[in-house]
This record gives sequence, structure tokens and C-alpha cells, in this order.
Amino acid sequence: MHTIIAKEVLSPTITRYEIEAPFVARKRLPGNFVIIRLEETGERIPLTIVGSDIERGTITLIVQAIGKTTRALAMKKVGDSITDVAGPLGTPTPIEFHGAVACVGGGVGTAELYPISQALHKAGNIIHTVIGARSKDLIVLEKEMGEFSKDVFITTEDGSYGRKGLVTDQLRDLLESPLGISAVYAIGPLPMMKAVSNLTKKYGVKTLVSLNAIMVDGTGMCGGCRVTVDGKMKFACVDGPEFDGHHVDFDELIMRNRTYIDLEKVSNERCQHHADQVEGGVAR
Amino acid sequence: MNNVNPMKPSERMKIPRQESIEQDAVQRSRNFLEVSLGLDEARAMIESNRCLECKNPVCIEGCPVNIDIRSFIQLVMQKDYAGAVQKIREANSLPAICGRVCPQESQCEAVCTMGKKHPSVAIGKLERFVADYESAHNLFTLPIVKERFEEKVAIVGSGPSGLTCAAELAKMGYGVTLFEALHAVGGVLRYGIPEFRLPRTILDLEVERIKAIGVEIYTNFLVGRTATIDELFDEWKFSAVFLGTGAGTPTFMGIPGENLSGSYSANEFLTRVNLMKAYKFPDYDTPIKLGKHVAVIGGGNTAMDAVRTSRRLGADKAYLIYRRSREEMPARVEEVHHAEQEGIEFMFLTNPIRIIGDANNWVTGIECQKMELGEPDESGRRKPVPIKGSEFVVEVETVIEAIGQKPNPIIQSTTPGLDVSKRGTVVTNEELGTSREGIFAGGDLARGGATVILAMRDGKKAAQSIHQYLTTKREKKEEVKVAVA
Repeated sequence: MHTIIAKEVLSPTITRYEIEAPFVARKRLPGNFVIIRLEETGERIPLTIVGSDIERGTITLIVQAIGKTTRALAMKKVGDSITDVAGPLGTPTPIEFHGAVACVGGGVGTAELYPISQALHKAGNIIHTVIGARSKDLIVLEKEMGEFSKDVFITTEDGSYGRKGLVTDQLRDLLESPLGISAVYAIGPLPMMKAVSNLTKKYGVKTLVSLNAIMVDGTGMCGGCRVTVDGKMKFACVDGPEFDGHHVDFDELIMRNRTYIDLEKVSNERCQHHADQVEGGVAR
Repeated sequence: MNNVNPMKPSERMKIPRQESIEQDAVQRSRNFLEVSLGLDEARAMIESNRCLECKNPVCIEGCPVNIDIRSFIQLVMQKDYAGAVQKIREANSLPAICGRVCPQESQCEAVCTMGKKHPSVAIGKLERFVADYESAHNLFTLPIVKERFEEKVAIVGSGPSGLTCAAELAKMGYGVTLFEALHAVGGVLRYGIPEFRLPRTILDLEVERIKAIGVEIYTNFLVGRTATIDELFDEWKFSAVFLGTGAGTPTFMGIPGENLSGSYSANEFLTRVNLMKAYKFPDYDTPIKLGKHVAVIGGGNTAMDAVRTSRRLGADKAYLIYRRSREEMPARVEEVHHAEQEGIEFMFLTNPIRIIGDANNWVTGIECQKMELGEPDESGRRKPVPIKGSEFVVEVETVIEAIGQKPNPIIQSTTPGLDVSKRGTVVTNEELGTSREGIFAGGDLARGGATVILAMRDGKKAAQSIHQYLTTKREKKEEVKVAVA
């Protein structure tokens, strides 16, 4: 059992959790993730580790409530526990010195980008951050990213905050500028990472993306997370989750990630029904 | 070696082989309850009397762990079922599991003297009967641990080899910790073998017994990531490590269309159903998508499990596509027989060449070619050769590949100095020691894909080797102490 030690609501749908997981806390590196299962009947879902506190034996997760499990997690309170937390999983991000680096986060993907950017900064890179989302309430970690970034640019699709447009609009400006961006780390929704990779390809700038494929075990056992990279089959859970964005077959992965879309809806509706009952005072 | 049964051999030969009571094929092909209900006491008694009590019991040689089959069957004849299961336990700590999943027809029952002219004695069914009798009548007693050693041993992986090694070492008196990467213990017995072949109550009971002997269990602990092998030695202070992480990484054929939605590895498909209980969706959260027409590729037990599971999940047509002929199938004969009864359609000498998808990337069919058997290959089996122009399409919405697994590379790649073969298996010597001192390995991790019983044999042998290794080390330490004094 893993107790939720602290919980902070960052936006209407995005929450930060500090969860007891002492073994994971000791070993986790930027780019690692955990698989969590909330309860006996729960599914296993991968979540990127945002940070850890070895002394307290905790890890930090930042999660957007979109599916059944992430919404059920959001309903949990401090002191409640999670049945299973396994990790750290995945190959850690290769942290190299590039010089000037653009770190591009889309929505809650910014949370996954945060520990990587932090490590890149420690390795001597100058960090230029771009955070984008549909609207202002989905922009997270602006302040935290600002602590080590040379500059932080915000874009929103509806123009409710920062520059109106997409992260690629801002990234293009950075690539065109004399800053000398020599590497890009982009984490966010698949269409965003695809657009970033297409853009940086034109400029010949190395780009790393983090792929959120469908996983069951997260240890290389099911092969459900297989992606095509440079024409070869790779498992996102063990070979990744990060890959060279210029070689990823994004279209295939976008299609594969839709496999359970109708069943996810069924699960979500049940979760909503449960939430309504709780709010209405029906369930105890 | 006196005979227990007064009947003459000729009389025993007249007794027909007793068959298990089985769930009706049509009914069971739609549920996950156990197919075979085993022998009842009356049938077990009759069956035991078929045993010829041979002076030279070759069946014992045929058993990978050399169970004293003759003696245990004699105890059945005398209605001493507790004694019988105890006799089995001297050689095999998981009789209820082996009685269900062992390929007896190619082991003990293959060499049974009765089998030369008549059907072999149903040794596996008798093993299962006494094991089930033991749990039904609460006859199990914990083994007495005579000695206590100060050394601690880490067991990595909780499948058949790890469970056996852990139990053996705990019985010898070592402190044993079992590490499992998934949230539940059992390895392939948990995620791979379906409930209709091995009910989870049986596995849960074995796990409880192992805990009761004093084995400490960590789940959600992926050795290599949560802690490396070197950390287990240096920080956790283990004196020896047994690696039994199996062959859990699926292999794919490498044909076009494998990444379409609706295309699964057997590992993913079975893990979703067995470990995550996707067949109970939405009461359980993990989903599974299965079409009305399903093709499973492969001829082993995993393929058989996947195709029979497909039927149970509601497939109208479930095809088993295998590139060789029936004779070359590695699956247990009983599973093939059960699959046929359940309406599985076998397509032999058929080789898939392409999975076809629609505009939304969903599987719509699988293109195959017909094969014919040519010259024997390196495995001694006749090699299938494609017949030109024989291509045809089978319309299916789901394709499941069950063409084999290989070891997960995480431990090998995080343990310096551990020798690994080209096939990805850990290299071991006769004693199951590896290239690293204090590290032992067995089961599919060393073999690359074999049976539950062979994994158990390795677990047992490794326990003896670890005991030997630690004893020698302890004695050396004592000698040094004495010399210094």
C-alpha cells in the first residue's frame, strides 16, 4: 500500500500528488515512470515520475484527470492509499550537454518535461522553455520551469494566456533566432510531438520525444506499447519511453492509441455515475 | 519392493483407463471455470489398481523431478492419500499444479509399461487427485525446519522455478526473500496459464504455503530497476541470488500489419485476461477488444491457451493457424483435444504472411499461404515450405501471435559480468551457477522456453547448489577464523 502524503490541485483537472514509494524514490532518474494500480479491480497505468524525496521516501506525480483511473485518483484524499506502485520503469533520459536547448511542454506533458529540463540545466545547458495548452487553465509548472530556464514562453490555442497559437509557432521563432538551439525535448500530446518533430526536422535539430503508448505491465512483457521507430519495432516501456522524434511513426501510434476508445468511454461513464452518486449523497 | 495389489497383471490390464470428469464442451467454451474436474475417489482407486507396480518403475525416470510414482500410487491403492501426496512432495512441492499442467504423455506416461499395449496409467490425474484431496481435507502440514542459517537468499521472479527454489531454501533454514515485478505472485502461472486450466485458488494456496514457511515476498519490485543485483548483494546483504525471471518478452513474426489495432501478442492478450481479469470488464477496469473472428498463430500451449480463451470471450470463429502439421505441434495432447471439442478450427500447414487492416487501422483479415513438409530441419522436424500461388485471406478482426517468448533483458543488461547467450538466455553450468559468483539461474531464463516442471526442477537443483555454495563459504570462513585464532 502506498499512502498519499500530500495533494495539491494545480488546475481544475490537474493535480500534484506526493506518494509513499521509498524504493522508487531512491532509484528514480529523469525520464523514469511508474505503473500504478489503484485497487484490486483497477487497471495498470503508466505515470511519469516528476520528482522524489529520498528522505521522506516519496515520489511526486502530476496527473490530469481524463480517464477512469486518473479521475478515481483525483477523488482520493491525503491519507488514502494506492494498492500498487511499481518502478522506476523505462530507460532514463540521456542527459547530455548540447548548449542551448528548447524544452517544449504540451499541457500536462510539461510535468513530465520538468525533471528532464532540470537535469539538462544541471548538465550545463541553457534552457529555453515553451509551454503550450488549449487554454490558460491547462498551463502548469510555469513558475517551476522558470526557476532554471533562461526564458519561458507560453502559448494557448484560445489566446487566454500568453501568445495565441501553438507551441510550434513559438518554437519556430526560437529556431530562427540566433540563440543556436541545438536540441529539442518535447513532451505532450502525440499530435503536438509530431508537429514539433516535423518542424525541427526542417532545421536539422535533434529532437527527443516521450511516447505515451498503451501499456499493461510496463516491464517489456506484453508488447502492447510497441511503436515503429526508424522502421523497427520498439517497446516504449523498456526501449523508451523517449525516442528520436524524427524517426517515430506518429500516425501509427495515434491510431493504436485509439484501440480502446469506446471501452474507455464505458469506464469513464461508470466513474462519472459513481462520482455523481457520491456528490448526491447516495453512496457512502 | 513388494506388491500391494493382489491382482494379476492380466487382470489389471483389463481395467479401462479412468477418465476425468469434464465440464460439457459447449458449456465450458463460454466460461472460465476449470475444464477438467479430475478423478473422484472411486475412479482414482480403480485407476491406481491399473498400475503394474513394476520391479523397474521406468515412469520415475520419465519424470523430470523423479517423483517416486510407484510408491505414491501404492499409497493410493491403500487409501493413504495424505501419505501419497507426502511421497510426491519429497520430489515436487507443487503437485496440484503439476498434476494439471505437466505434459505427462511425453514424460512419465510415455514410458509407462502398461502403455506398451494399453492406455498408460493416468499418473498425472492421480497426482492431481491426491493433491486436491489434501487441500479439500486440510491435510497439509508445514515442513519442519531443522536448522537455521544466517545467510539470506534473494529469489528473483515468482514463477515455477522461483517458487520452488524459495520453498526449498526456506525448508533448509535460509532466510528467503522473493522479488516479483508484477503486483501478483506466480509468474507465468498467474499471467499466462488461464483459469480454466489452473484455477487461481490453487495458485493462491501454494503462495500462502510459501509465506507460511517464512518466505518474505516483495511484489511490484522489478529487479534491475527497483534495485540491481549488485545492490541486492551490497545493500540488502543477500549472500546468494537465484534468477528465475522466465521468458516473458514476446516475439513477433515481423510480417506487415502487426501494429494494427486488434493485433496482440499472446502475452498481452493472456495478461489482460488472466492477470487483469479483462473478461470481467467493466467491473474490472482493464479492457480487451475481441472480434467475432479470431486467428491465433502458433502451435504451442500458449497458442492453445489464447485460442481457447478467445472462444470464452465470445469469438464465433476461433482459428488456430500453424505452419507445420498436427504431429509437430508442441502443445499438450490434452489441450489440443480439448480445443477441438470446444470448436476451435485448426489450420495446419498454413503460414501467415500479412495482416490486413482498414482505413482506421483495425484488423480485417490475415493473408496466409499453404505449406508442405520438406526435408527435416535442425530440430529434426520436417521443414514447412511455401506452396507457390496458394495465398488466401482469412477474414478476422483479431490476430494473436503466440510464436514464442524470449527472456526479458533488464537483469542481464544491469548486471555486469553476467554471461548471456545469443538467444538472450543466461548461461549456466551443470550446477546452475552463472558467470558471476553467488548468482544462480534456471527455468526459462536459462532454457529459453520450456515447461513448468523443468523450471521447477531447476529451482530445486539451484536450491541445492546455493546450499552447497553457502556451506563451502561458511566452512572456509570458519577455517580462517580458526587459523587466525
